[in-house]
Amino acid sequence: MIPREFEYHAPRSLPDAIGLLKQLGEDAKLLAGGHSLLPMMKLRFAQPAHLIDLGKIAELRGISQAGNEIRIGAMTTEHDLLGSRLLAEKAPLLVEGAGWIADPQVRYKGTIGGDISHGDPGNDHPALMIALDASFVLTGPKGERVVKADGYFLGLYSTQLAADEILTQIRIPVPAAGSGWSYQKLKRKTGDFATAATAVLLQMKGRSVARASIALTNAGPTALRAREAEASLAGKEINDASLNEAARLAMKICDPAPDQRGDAQYKRAMCGEMTRRALQAAHARAKG
Amino acid sequence: MAKTHKVSFKLNGKPVEAAVEARELLIYTLRERLGHTGPHIGCETTHCGACTVDLDGMSVKSCTVLTVQCEGADMTTIEGMEQGGTLHALQQAFHEEHGLQCGYCTPGMITRAYRLLKENPNPSEQDIRKGIAGNLCRCTGYQNIVKAVQSAAKKLAAAR
Repeated sequence: MIPREFEYHAPRSLPDAIGLLKQLGEDAKLLAGGHSLLPMMKLRFAQPAHLIDLGKIAELRGISQAGNEIRIGAMTTEHDLLGSRLLAEKAPLLVEGAGWIADPQVRYKGTIGGDISHGDPGNDHPALMIALDASFVLTGPKGERVVKADGYFLGLYSTQLAADEILTQIRIPVPAAGSGWSYQKLKRKTGDFATAATAVLLQMKGRSVARASIALTNAGPTALRAREAEASLAGKEINDASLNEAARLAMKICDPAPDQRGDAQYKRAMCGEMTRRALQAAHARAKG
Repeated sequence: MAKTHKVSFKLNGKPVEAAVEARELLIYTLRERLGHTGPHIGCETTHCGACTVDLDGMSVKSCTVLTVQCEGADMTTIEGMEQGGTLHALQQAFHEEHGLQCGYCTPGMITRAYRLLKENPNPSEQDIRKGIAGNLCRCTGYQNIVKAVQSAAKKLAAAR
Protein backbone atom coordinates (compact mmCIF):
# COMPACT_ATOMS: atom_id res chain seq x y z
CA MET A 1 0.00 0.00 0.00
CA ILE A 2 2.93 2.30 -0.59
CA PRO A 3 4.27 3.33 -3.98
CA ARG A 4 7.32 1.83 -5.55
CA GLU A 5 10.46 3.98 -5.41
CA PHE A 6 10.60 6.92 -7.78
CA GLU A 7 12.44 10.20 -8.25
CA TYR A 8 10.53 13.37 -7.47
CA HIS A 9 10.87 16.63 -9.39
CA ALA A 10 9.15 19.93 -8.59
CA PRO A 11 9.86 22.39 -11.40
CA ARG A 12 9.03 26.01 -10.70
CA SER A 13 8.23 27.02 -14.26
CA LEU A 14 6.37 25.60 -17.21
CA PRO A 15 9.44 25.55 -19.49
CA ASP A 16 11.29 23.59 -16.79
CA ALA A 17 8.43 21.11 -16.55
CA ILE A 18 8.34 20.64 -20.33
CA GLY A 19 12.11 20.23 -20.42
CA LEU A 20 11.98 17.59 -17.70
CA LEU A 21 9.15 15.73 -19.40
CA LYS A 22 11.10 15.68 -22.68
CA GLN A 23 14.25 14.53 -20.93
CA LEU A 24 12.64 11.77 -18.85
CA GLY A 25 10.19 10.59 -21.50
CA GLU A 26 8.10 7.52 -20.85
CA ASP A 27 9.58 6.94 -17.39
CA ALA A 28 7.84 10.06 -16.08
CA LYS A 29 4.27 10.85 -15.02
CA LEU A 30 2.92 14.30 -14.32
CA LEU A 31 1.58 14.88 -10.80
CA ALA A 32 -1.36 17.28 -10.55
CA GLY A 33 -3.64 16.90 -7.50
CA GLY A 34 -2.47 13.35 -7.09
CA HIS A 35 -5.86 11.98 -6.10
CA SER A 36 -6.14 9.69 -9.12
CA LEU A 37 -2.45 8.92 -9.60
CA LEU A 38 -1.26 8.40 -6.02
CA PRO A 39 -4.03 5.90 -5.17
CA MET A 40 -3.00 3.94 -8.28
CA MET A 41 0.65 4.10 -7.25
CA LYS A 42 -0.21 2.90 -3.75
CA LEU A 43 -1.85 -0.14 -5.32
CA ARG A 44 1.12 -0.38 -7.70
CA PHE A 45 -1.17 -0.18 -10.74
CA ALA A 46 1.13 2.68 -11.77
CA GLN A 47 4.87 2.57 -11.15
CA PRO A 48 6.48 5.58 -12.82
CA ALA A 49 10.21 5.95 -12.27
CA HIS A 50 9.81 9.74 -12.12
CA LEU A 51 7.10 12.10 -10.92
CA ILE A 52 7.00 15.67 -12.19
CA ASP A 53 4.95 17.68 -9.69
CA LEU A 54 3.20 20.62 -11.38
CA GLY A 55 2.12 22.05 -8.02
CA LYS A 56 4.74 24.80 -7.82
CA ILE A 57 3.91 26.38 -11.20
CA ALA A 58 1.71 29.32 -10.25
CA GLU A 59 0.76 30.25 -13.82
CA LEU A 60 -1.15 26.96 -14.16
CA ARG A 61 -3.83 28.06 -11.68
CA GLY A 62 -6.53 30.66 -12.13
CA ILE A 63 -9.90 31.43 -13.67
CA SER A 64 -10.43 34.41 -15.97
CA GLN A 65 -12.47 35.63 -18.89
CA ALA A 66 -10.98 36.75 -22.21
CA GLY A 67 -13.62 38.09 -24.58
CA ASN A 68 -16.37 35.51 -24.79
CA GLU A 69 -14.18 32.74 -23.46
CA ILE A 70 -13.55 31.50 -19.94
CA ARG A 71 -10.00 30.33 -19.34
CA ILE A 72 -9.10 28.00 -16.52
CA GLY A 73 -5.57 26.96 -15.59
CA ALA A 74 -5.21 23.19 -15.60
CA MET A 75 -3.99 23.06 -11.99
CA THR A 76 -7.09 24.91 -10.71
CA THR A 77 -8.64 22.74 -8.01
CA GLU A 78 -12.26 21.61 -7.83
CA HIS A 79 -12.51 23.68 -4.67
CA ASP A 80 -11.41 26.76 -6.62
CA LEU A 81 -14.01 26.05 -9.31
CA LEU A 82 -16.74 25.82 -6.68
CA GLY A 83 -15.74 29.14 -5.15
CA SER A 84 -15.56 31.08 -8.41
CA ARG A 85 -18.14 33.85 -8.81
CA LEU A 86 -17.23 34.10 -12.49
CA LEU A 87 -18.05 30.44 -13.10
CA ALA A 88 -21.20 30.57 -11.00
CA GLU A 89 -22.42 33.41 -13.19
CA LYS A 90 -21.12 32.42 -16.62
CA ALA A 91 -20.72 28.60 -16.59
CA PRO A 92 -22.88 27.20 -13.79
CA LEU A 93 -22.91 23.72 -15.40
CA LEU A 94 -19.23 23.43 -14.53
CA VAL A 95 -19.85 24.44 -10.91
CA GLU A 96 -22.72 21.98 -10.57
CA GLY A 97 -20.55 19.22 -12.07
CA ALA A 98 -17.56 19.97 -9.85
CA GLY A 99 -19.79 19.73 -6.78
CA TRP A 100 -20.57 16.11 -7.62
CA ILE A 101 -16.91 15.09 -7.68
CA ALA A 102 -15.75 12.90 -4.78
CA ASP A 103 -15.69 14.67 -1.40
CA PRO A 104 -14.44 17.93 0.18
CA GLN A 105 -10.91 16.70 0.86
CA VAL A 106 -10.45 15.31 -2.64
CA ARG A 107 -11.85 18.55 -4.08
CA TYR A 108 -9.23 20.61 -2.21
CA LYS A 109 -6.46 18.80 -4.09
CA GLY A 110 -8.03 17.40 -7.27
CA THR A 111 -7.56 19.58 -10.34
CA ILE A 112 -9.64 20.08 -13.46
CA GLY A 113 -6.60 19.37 -15.63
CA GLY A 114 -5.76 16.17 -13.80
CA ASP A 115 -9.36 14.96 -13.94
CA ILE A 116 -9.37 15.56 -17.70
CA SER A 117 -5.91 14.17 -18.43
CA HIS A 118 -6.18 10.97 -16.43
CA GLY A 119 -8.48 9.39 -19.01
CA ASP A 120 -10.67 7.56 -16.52
CA PRO A 121 -14.20 7.25 -17.98
CA GLY A 122 -15.53 7.58 -14.44
CA ASN A 123 -14.21 11.12 -14.09
CA ASP A 124 -16.83 13.84 -14.44
CA HIS A 125 -15.04 16.66 -16.24
CA PRO A 126 -14.74 15.03 -19.67
CA ALA A 127 -18.52 14.91 -20.21
CA LEU A 128 -18.87 18.44 -18.80
CA MET A 129 -16.18 19.67 -21.17
CA ILE A 130 -17.84 18.02 -24.16
CA ALA A 131 -21.23 19.48 -23.23
CA LEU A 132 -19.64 22.93 -22.83
CA ASP A 133 -17.84 22.66 -26.19
CA ALA A 134 -14.55 23.28 -24.39
CA SER A 135 -11.05 23.23 -25.87
CA PHE A 136 -7.74 22.28 -24.27
CA VAL A 137 -4.41 24.04 -24.63
CA LEU A 138 -1.66 21.44 -24.90
CA THR A 139 1.86 22.77 -24.42
CA GLY A 140 4.98 20.93 -25.50
CA PRO A 141 8.58 21.59 -26.58
CA LYS A 142 7.35 22.89 -29.95
CA GLY A 143 4.80 25.25 -28.44
CA GLU A 144 1.04 25.22 -27.98
CA ARG A 145 -1.82 23.59 -29.80
CA VAL A 146 -5.52 23.84 -29.03
CA VAL A 147 -7.68 20.71 -29.28
CA LYS A 148 -11.44 20.36 -28.87
CA ALA A 149 -12.73 18.32 -25.92
CA ASP A 150 -15.06 16.48 -28.28
CA GLY A 151 -12.77 13.83 -29.73
CA TYR A 152 -9.99 14.32 -27.18
CA PHE A 153 -10.76 11.19 -25.18
CA LEU A 154 -9.63 8.05 -26.97
CA GLY A 155 -9.94 5.18 -24.52
CA LEU A 156 -9.15 4.00 -21.02
CA TYR A 157 -6.32 6.23 -19.71
CA SER A 158 -5.78 7.41 -23.28
CA THR A 159 -6.26 10.93 -24.66
CA GLN A 160 -4.84 13.03 -27.46
CA LEU A 161 -2.19 14.42 -25.11
CA ALA A 162 1.23 13.55 -26.57
CA ALA A 163 3.91 12.09 -24.33
CA ASP A 164 5.88 15.34 -24.31
CA GLU A 165 2.89 17.64 -23.71
CA ILE A 166 1.23 19.16 -20.69
CA LEU A 167 -2.42 20.21 -20.60
CA THR A 168 -2.07 23.79 -19.40
CA GLN A 169 -5.41 25.52 -19.91
CA ILE A 170 -9.09 24.81 -20.46
CA ARG A 171 -11.06 27.23 -22.64
CA ILE A 172 -14.83 27.38 -22.50
CA PRO A 173 -17.02 29.56 -24.71
CA VAL A 174 -19.50 31.37 -22.49
CA PRO A 175 -22.83 29.59 -23.00
CA ALA A 176 -25.52 31.70 -24.68
CA ALA A 177 -27.62 33.81 -22.33
CA GLY A 178 -30.76 31.97 -21.23
CA SER A 179 -29.16 28.54 -21.66
CA GLY A 180 -30.41 25.80 -19.39
CA TRP A 181 -27.97 23.35 -17.85
CA SER A 182 -27.79 20.32 -15.60
CA TYR A 183 -25.46 17.54 -14.48
CA GLN A 184 -27.36 14.56 -13.11
CA LYS A 185 -25.19 11.93 -11.43
CA LEU A 186 -26.37 8.62 -10.00
CA LYS A 187 -24.01 7.03 -7.50
CA ARG A 188 -24.21 4.39 -4.80
CA LYS A 189 -23.03 6.71 -2.10
CA THR A 190 -21.57 10.15 -1.55
CA GLY A 191 -18.16 10.38 -3.11
CA ASP A 192 -18.53 7.41 -5.45
CA PHE A 193 -17.87 7.49 -9.17
CA ALA A 194 -20.95 7.67 -11.37
CA THR A 195 -23.12 4.61 -11.91
CA ALA A 196 -24.31 6.86 -14.72
CA ALA A 197 -24.25 10.62 -15.24
CA THR A 198 -25.34 13.02 -17.97
CA ALA A 199 -24.33 16.62 -18.69
CA VAL A 200 -26.76 18.79 -20.62
CA LEU A 201 -26.55 22.32 -22.00
CA LEU A 202 -29.80 23.46 -23.59
CA GLN A 203 -30.75 26.47 -25.66
CA MET A 204 -34.45 27.04 -26.24
CA LYS A 205 -36.17 29.18 -28.85
CA GLY A 206 -39.66 29.74 -27.48
CA ARG A 207 -40.97 26.27 -26.69
CA SER A 208 -38.63 24.47 -29.10
CA VAL A 209 -35.11 23.28 -28.61
CA ALA A 210 -32.65 25.40 -30.58
CA ARG A 211 -29.58 23.48 -29.51
CA ALA A 212 -28.83 20.64 -27.12
CA SER A 213 -25.49 19.29 -25.92
CA ILE A 214 -25.67 15.92 -24.20
CA ALA A 215 -22.62 14.05 -22.87
CA LEU A 216 -22.42 10.86 -20.81
CA THR A 217 -20.06 9.90 -17.96
CA ASN A 218 -18.97 6.32 -17.28
CA ALA A 219 -21.15 4.76 -19.97
CA GLY A 220 -18.24 3.48 -22.03
CA PRO A 221 -14.44 3.52 -22.24
CA THR A 222 -14.56 7.34 -22.51
CA ALA A 223 -17.07 10.14 -21.97
CA LEU A 224 -19.54 9.95 -24.85
CA ARG A 225 -21.28 12.63 -26.83
CA ALA A 226 -24.91 11.64 -27.50
CA ARG A 227 -25.12 13.16 -30.97
CA GLU A 228 -28.21 11.33 -32.16
CA ALA A 229 -30.02 12.22 -28.94
CA GLU A 230 -29.05 15.87 -29.48
CA ALA A 231 -30.26 15.81 -33.09
CA SER A 232 -33.56 14.21 -32.10
CA LEU A 233 -34.43 17.24 -29.98
CA ALA A 234 -33.68 19.97 -32.52
CA GLY A 235 -36.80 22.02 -33.18
CA LYS A 236 -38.87 19.85 -30.82
CA GLU A 237 -40.67 20.68 -27.61
CA ILE A 238 -39.51 19.07 -24.40
CA ASN A 239 -42.20 16.55 -23.50
CA ASP A 240 -42.49 12.87 -22.62
CA ALA A 241 -42.22 11.80 -26.25
CA SER A 242 -39.10 13.81 -27.05
CA LEU A 243 -37.50 12.92 -23.70
CA ASN A 244 -38.17 9.22 -24.23
CA GLU A 245 -36.62 9.38 -27.68
CA ALA A 246 -33.56 11.29 -26.48
CA ALA A 247 -33.08 8.85 -23.61
CA ARG A 248 -33.45 5.90 -25.98
CA LEU A 249 -30.82 7.32 -28.33
CA ALA A 250 -28.44 8.05 -25.46
CA MET A 251 -28.82 4.50 -24.20
CA LYS A 252 -28.14 3.21 -27.69
CA ILE A 253 -24.54 4.46 -27.64
CA CYS A 254 -23.79 3.23 -24.12
CA ASP A 255 -21.35 0.41 -23.63
CA PRO A 256 -20.98 0.38 -19.86
CA ALA A 257 -18.57 -1.98 -18.16
CA PRO A 258 -20.33 -4.23 -15.64
CA ASP A 259 -18.88 -3.87 -12.16
CA GLN A 260 -19.93 -3.51 -8.54
CA ARG A 261 -22.07 -0.52 -9.53
CA GLY A 262 -24.27 -2.69 -11.72
CA ASP A 263 -24.49 -4.84 -14.79
CA ALA A 264 -24.55 -3.40 -18.31
CA GLN A 265 -28.34 -3.50 -18.63
CA TYR A 266 -28.87 -1.64 -15.36
CA LYS A 267 -26.22 0.97 -16.13
CA ARG A 268 -27.64 1.53 -19.59
CA ALA A 269 -31.11 2.06 -18.12
CA MET A 270 -29.68 4.49 -15.57
CA CYS A 271 -27.91 6.38 -18.36
CA GLY A 272 -31.33 6.84 -19.95
CA GLU A 273 -32.80 8.03 -16.68
CA MET A 274 -29.99 10.50 -15.94
CA THR A 275 -30.30 11.84 -19.49
CA ARG A 276 -34.02 12.34 -19.04
CA ARG A 277 -33.55 14.11 -15.69
CA ALA A 278 -30.76 16.30 -16.98
CA LEU A 279 -32.87 17.41 -19.95
CA GLN A 280 -35.84 18.13 -17.69
CA ALA A 281 -33.74 20.11 -15.21
CA ALA A 282 -31.97 22.01 -17.98
CA HIS A 283 -35.32 22.81 -19.56
CA ALA A 284 -36.65 24.16 -16.25
CA ARG A 285 -33.65 26.48 -16.04
CA ALA A 286 -33.67 27.59 -19.68
CA LYS A 287 -35.09 30.95 -20.65
CA GLY A 288 -35.85 31.02 -24.38
CA MET B 1 19.74 3.26 -0.82
CA ALA B 2 17.09 5.51 -2.30
CA LYS B 3 17.54 9.27 -2.35
CA THR B 4 16.11 11.10 0.64
CA HIS B 5 14.70 14.60 0.67
CA LYS B 6 14.92 16.88 3.68
CA VAL B 7 11.49 18.37 4.25
CA SER B 8 10.72 21.13 6.77
CA PHE B 9 7.26 22.29 7.74
CA LYS B 10 5.25 23.64 10.64
CA LEU B 11 3.28 21.03 12.58
CA ASN B 12 0.79 22.26 15.16
CA GLY B 13 2.70 25.50 15.40
CA LYS B 14 6.16 23.96 15.82
CA PRO B 15 8.86 23.58 13.15
CA VAL B 16 9.66 19.98 12.26
CA GLU B 17 11.99 18.32 9.83
CA ALA B 18 12.10 14.88 8.26
CA ALA B 19 14.38 13.11 5.81
CA VAL B 20 12.15 10.99 3.60
CA GLU B 21 12.13 9.04 0.37
CA ALA B 22 10.01 10.67 -2.31
CA ARG B 23 7.45 7.89 -2.03
CA GLU B 24 6.81 8.35 1.72
CA LEU B 25 3.20 9.38 2.34
CA LEU B 26 2.48 12.17 4.79
CA ILE B 27 0.40 9.90 7.04
CA TYR B 28 3.42 7.65 7.65
CA THR B 29 5.73 10.58 8.34
CA LEU B 30 3.25 11.99 10.86
CA ARG B 31 2.58 8.71 12.63
CA GLU B 32 5.91 6.90 12.51
CA ARG B 33 8.58 9.59 12.31
CA LEU B 34 6.94 12.46 14.13
CA GLY B 35 4.99 10.46 16.70
CA HIS B 36 1.64 12.06 15.84
CA THR B 37 -0.62 9.05 15.86
CA GLY B 38 -3.83 11.07 15.96
CA PRO B 39 -4.52 10.79 12.23
CA HIS B 40 -5.36 7.16 11.45
CA ILE B 41 -5.02 4.83 8.50
CA GLY B 42 -8.50 3.48 7.83
CA CYS B 43 -8.84 2.30 4.26
CA GLU B 44 -5.69 2.61 2.14
CA THR B 45 -7.86 3.79 -0.78
CA THR B 46 -8.44 7.50 -0.12
CA HIS B 47 -12.08 6.93 0.89
CA CYS B 48 -12.45 7.03 4.66
CA GLY B 49 -10.85 10.32 5.72
CA ALA B 50 -9.51 8.97 9.03
CA CYS B 51 -6.15 10.41 7.98
CA THR B 52 -7.48 13.95 7.45
CA VAL B 53 -5.17 16.81 8.41
CA ASP B 54 -5.45 20.57 7.94
CA LEU B 55 -2.77 21.61 5.47
CA ASP B 56 -2.29 25.23 4.35
CA GLY B 57 -5.94 25.99 5.03
CA MET B 58 -7.29 22.86 3.36
CA SER B 59 -8.72 19.59 4.65
CA VAL B 60 -6.46 16.98 3.08
CA LYS B 61 -6.29 13.20 3.25
CA SER B 62 -2.70 12.72 4.38
CA CYS B 63 -2.59 9.19 2.95
CA THR B 64 -2.78 10.74 -0.52
CA VAL B 65 -0.07 13.37 -0.20
CA LEU B 66 3.68 12.82 -0.46
CA THR B 67 5.68 14.30 2.39
CA VAL B 68 8.03 15.85 -0.17
CA GLN B 69 5.09 17.94 -1.36
CA CYS B 70 4.84 19.56 2.10
CA GLU B 71 7.98 21.69 2.16
CA GLY B 72 7.13 24.91 3.99
CA ALA B 73 3.58 23.82 4.78
CA ASP B 74 1.53 24.90 7.78
CA MET B 75 -0.11 21.79 9.14
CA THR B 76 -2.52 21.01 11.96
CA THR B 77 -3.52 17.59 13.24
CA ILE B 78 -5.91 16.60 16.03
CA GLU B 79 -3.01 16.93 18.44
CA GLY B 80 -2.98 20.65 17.72
CA MET B 81 -6.64 21.29 18.40
CA GLU B 82 -6.26 21.57 22.16
CA GLN B 83 -4.64 24.83 23.22
CA GLY B 84 -2.89 25.26 26.58
CA GLY B 85 -4.74 22.39 28.22
CA THR B 86 -8.15 23.51 27.00
CA LEU B 87 -10.04 21.35 24.53
CA HIS B 88 -11.14 23.00 21.29
CA ALA B 89 -14.87 23.69 21.12
CA LEU B 90 -15.19 20.81 18.62
CA GLN B 91 -13.46 18.34 20.93
CA GLN B 92 -15.64 19.45 23.84
CA ALA B 93 -18.76 19.18 21.70
CA PHE B 94 -17.90 15.66 20.45
CA HIS B 95 -17.52 14.68 24.09
CA GLU B 96 -20.76 16.30 25.25
CA GLU B 97 -22.86 15.19 22.28
CA HIS B 98 -21.40 11.65 22.21
CA GLY B 99 -20.20 12.15 18.67
CA LEU B 100 -17.98 9.06 18.80
CA GLN B 101 -18.06 5.41 19.81
CA CYS B 102 -14.88 3.56 18.87
CA GLY B 103 -13.14 6.86 18.14
CA TYR B 104 -11.26 5.66 15.06
CA CYS B 105 -12.75 8.21 12.65
CA THR B 106 -12.82 10.95 15.27
CA PRO B 107 -9.46 12.68 14.82
CA GLY B 108 -10.05 13.00 11.07
CA MET B 109 -13.69 13.95 11.64
CA ILE B 110 -12.84 16.76 14.08
CA THR B 111 -9.97 18.01 11.93
CA ARG B 112 -12.32 18.17 8.95
CA ALA B 113 -15.09 19.84 11.00
CA TYR B 114 -12.54 22.46 12.07
CA ARG B 115 -12.00 23.52 8.46
CA LEU B 116 -15.69 23.12 7.61
CA LEU B 117 -16.61 25.67 10.26
CA LYS B 118 -14.03 28.06 8.90
CA GLU B 119 -15.51 27.66 5.41
CA ASN B 120 -19.04 28.05 6.76
CA PRO B 121 -19.40 29.22 10.39
CA ASN B 122 -23.17 28.70 10.36
CA PRO B 123 -23.84 25.45 8.51
CA SER B 124 -27.25 23.84 8.17
CA GLU B 125 -27.59 20.13 8.90
CA GLN B 126 -27.42 19.50 5.15
CA ASP B 127 -24.25 21.61 4.91
CA ILE B 128 -22.64 19.59 7.70
CA ARG B 129 -23.60 16.21 6.22
CA LYS B 130 -22.30 17.27 2.82
CA GLY B 131 -19.27 18.89 4.42
CA ILE B 132 -18.16 15.72 6.20
CA ALA B 133 -18.86 13.49 3.20
CA GLY B 134 -15.16 12.66 3.01
CA ASN B 135 -15.13 11.16 6.53
CA LEU B 136 -16.73 7.77 7.05
CA CYS B 137 -17.98 6.57 10.44
CA ARG B 138 -19.01 2.96 10.92
CA CYS B 139 -20.29 3.33 14.49
CA THR B 140 -22.47 6.34 15.07
CA GLY B 141 -24.76 6.80 12.08
CA TYR B 142 -23.53 10.43 12.02
CA GLN B 143 -26.46 11.94 13.98
CA ASN B 144 -24.41 12.81 17.05
CA ILE B 145 -21.50 13.92 14.89
CA VAL B 146 -23.86 16.42 13.27
CA LYS B 147 -25.11 17.53 16.69
CA ALA B 148 -21.53 17.95 17.89
CA VAL B 149 -20.61 20.11 14.92
CA GLN B 150 -23.78 22.19 15.37
CA SER B 151 -23.03 22.64 19.06
CA ALA B 152 -19.44 23.68 18.37
CA ALA B 153 -20.60 26.08 15.65
CA LYS B 154 -22.88 27.81 18.16
CA LYS B 155 -20.15 28.04 20.81
CA LEU B 156 -17.59 29.38 18.34
CA ALA B 157 -20.05 31.95 16.97
CA ALA B 158 -20.92 33.10 20.49
CA ALA B 159 -17.26 33.50 21.34
CA ARG B 160 -16.62 35.78 18.35
